[in-house]
Amino acid sequence: MIWGGPENFLAMGGYAFYVWGSYLVTLGLVIAEIVLLALRKRRALARLRLRGTAAQGDR
Amino acid sequence: MSINWFKYSSPQTFFPLAGKLALGFGVLALLACGVGLYLGFFVAPTDAQQGEAYRIIFIHVPAAWMSMFLYLVLAFWAGLGLAFNTRLSGMMASAIAPTGALFTFLALWTGSLWGKPTWGTWWVWDARLTSELILLFLYFGFMALQAAIDDPRRADKAGAVLALVGVVNIPIIYFSVKWWNTLHQGASVSLTKAPTMAATMLTGMTVMAFGFWFYSIAAALMRARCIMLERERASEWVADYARGSA
Repeated sequence: MIWGGPENFLAMGGYAFYVWGSYLVTLGLVIAEIVLLALRKRRALARLRLRGTAAQGDR
Repeated sequence: MSINWFKYSSPQTFFPLAGKLALGFGVLALLACGVGLYLGFFVAPTDAQQGEAYRIIFIHVPAAWMSMFLYLVLAFWAGLGLAFNTRLSGMMASAIAPTGALFTFLALWTGSLWGKPTWGTWWVWDARLTSELILLFLYFGFMALQAAIDDPRRADKAGAVLALVGVVNIPIIYFSVKWWNTLHQGASVSLTKAPTMAATMLTGMTVMAFGFWFYSIAAALMRARCIMLERERASEWVADYARGSA
């Protein structure tokens, strides 16, 4: 392994803040987007079910 | 056997297909990013000048490419929707905008974190950086404009006009490093000449670019499905789907 140990890998040649700052924010925002999408779908379905029960009440 | 090109151009027929595609591209994105990150961190060597800081390239460049590409795809769907007055086209444009804005922000964020150690500054009003920032405002403007109009069809029309006008910004971003004397470096990878990058670095970056592309397709299709459930809530197939997934 070219890093010769996890501590070197984390230190990233002294640029840890910049490299991991870039990667962690990217990972965080991508995960956030996926979570928000899942929540949006769940909310849409819940609203549809509410709409469904309301319609049955009318029939 | 003639192909019915319009088979998937209605929300109802496209909805299940979008679900399968989103899942497939999501898995592909995970694989590609896994391989890309392995190449980027464990195969690509240390850079002679920048040391390890250059490894930001494996997300900075793919994010920048996607920020421009997704805007063109957004404008394509918006233009199609404007021309043919098709509901699904407008939904696709609205589905792409947030993911495009995400990659534009990431291109600016990772670029700034790369600029600090290598240029000595987080930000400079350079032609490339400024036009990319304008792209971010265009994405926000598109989303804000659509959110401000209640009727989705009118929101699509208004958004489409803004999106199409904003297309001029994409070549400006891309060629800014050639037209002006920018601090940002010129294209290391272009269609006209051989890339000026080490092979393993280039491979890692390319694989990550495919990973981001697959991710964008998956995210946009997931959002398009949500939009369909919201906008087509009055139709029977949506009610059936909601009952089925209870």
